[in-house]
Amino acid sequence: MNDAHKIIEAIDVYKYFGDVQALNGVSLTVNLGKVVVVIGPSGSGKSTFLRCINYLETPTSGQIFIDGQLLSSDQRVLNETRAEIGMVFQLFNLFPHLTALQNVTLAQNVVRGRSKQEALEVGMQQLERVGIPEKADSKPAQLSGGQQQRVAIARALAMNPKIMLFDEPTSALDPEMIKEVLDVMLDLAQEGMTMVCVTHEMGFARAAADEVIFMDNGFIVEHTTPDGLFNNPQEERTKLFLSQILQH
Amino acid sequence: MATQPSDLETRVGPRIEFRGDPFASRLSNFPWWFLGIILIAVWAVYIISTRDNYQEAYAFIKQGIPVTIYITLVAFSLASIIGLVAGLSRISRNVILRNLGTFYIEVIRGIPMLVLIFYLALVAVPSVVDALNAFGAWLNGVGLGFFGAICLAIENKNVPLEVRAIIALAVTYGAFMAEVFRAGIQSIGRGQMEAARSLGMSNAQSLRYIILPQAVRNILPALGNDFVAMVKDSSLVSVLAVRDITQVARLYAGRSFRFSEAYTTIAVMYLTMVVILSLLVQFIERRLRANE
Repeated sequence: MNDAHKIIEAIDVYKYFGDVQALNGVSLTVNLGKVVVVIGPSGSGKSTFLRCINYLETPTSGQIFIDGQLLSSDQRVLNETRAEIGMVFQLFNLFPHLTALQNVTLAQNVVRGRSKQEALEVGMQQLERVGIPEKADSKPAQLSGGQQQRVAIARALAMNPKIMLFDEPTSALDPEMIKEVLDVMLDLAQEGMTMVCVTHEMGFARAAADEVIFMDNGFIVEHTTPDGLFNNPQEERTKLFLSQILQH
Repeated sequence: MATQPSDLETRVGPRIEFRGDPFASRLSNFPWWFLGIILIAVWAVYIISTRDNYQEAYAFIKQGIPVTIYITLVAFSLASIIGLVAGLSRISRNVILRNLGTFYIEVIRGIPMLVLIFYLALVAVPSVVDALNAFGAWLNGVGLGFFGAICLAIENKNVPLEVRAIIALAVTYGAFMAEVFRAGIQSIGRGQMEAARSLGMSNAQSLRYIILPQAVRNILPALGNDFVAMVKDSSLVSVLAVRDITQVARLYAGRSFRFSEAYTTIAVMYLTMVVILSLLVQFIERRLRANE
């Protein structure tokens, strides 16, 4: 496809934390509607890279383009761009002083400028989409981990983002709650949402990913299809990692 | 007989064993201090209502109550605003703001409160007014008479001591409350700010809708304690001849030589206000915890 629409373009991104090199020149292009899964050992820079995409971490050098827009420290551009990029965190980061529905409507009001009525409608739609409309008036503390993460996904979706970023969305969940979150993510992938997911869920990678990236030491070691990665890994480092996680 | 389970035991299981005598434990856990305060209050009410000397002292001193309450309320509101601004400055990424905030807090905390009250009311306020007047004269000179008149409208002799006392208390307490606000804001995890920013909220929006509501909730007990402390420290403004209950009591004592009547009366007044407010703070704290 020559006319593929580049929605994310990261060029030669470096990130240092003091003396620690977290990213060593990472470049990646994601086309509209693609699902990219990023895997790799802890400390490989995959979360840092994800957080550079919406500038929660400012890259030490390199460029990030979102839908053609170059990101910089310009706060106005950043705020506008971030409104188009939903992010789901490992620890949910719901706003504990607000109800589930208020979590989902606040940014619609404040950032998108939607009316109360419209925000409520969209909010309820999204809560229904993730399957917990009955928890609309509950505070986050009253919800299970899986429910909290689904509210967090609804909160991001309510902004009608073009891109969704997932930063290990199931890593903090009890095993029996992982499925309910993955199901929502799978639906989303099938509906054609552009997604970049850092995850350890290899089943999800196989089922939903168009592309899989294996990162180590701040480099992209391998960038291929799920089939290519799991059945025919090219690099020694990838083989070693896969043998370690797929042993059991 | 001894092995026969009691009615209670059959219903809710075996009785919990107390270590030691339950009666003694109840005695040692009883808030005797509170009983002591209640007894003092009852004794004070009895004395004031039965002895002419005390009645007279109370009748005279009570005219200071509105002044004490008014000064405390206004100064506390101002101090909250100053504290919020200074606390935010202290953790700002802007180098100038951060240093200004820290400078203010460290200077104020390094000077005794009594000295600060003298200094702010009798040196700082007049200097600021003088500077304003000079600025107004300059504005007149360059032909901006309208703005000049505004700056010249304030004269030092027209700034009442109540206002100076309020400014002094607010500026002093602002520094202490700044540290409370700073701690409250820093007690909110980084993830909250990140989540807000990732939704496209600006830094200011994130603070207003996400960080501050949670921070204020966390620091409400500390703010309450500061308010209680301010009720007590408002007595310092008597050195500026502001007629709060302390000053009125001093006047009464100086005039009548009834020191015991004057100072017992205000001591009991302060104690009563502080105990009632402390109970209120505890109540609010418990309500907040129950809501979580």
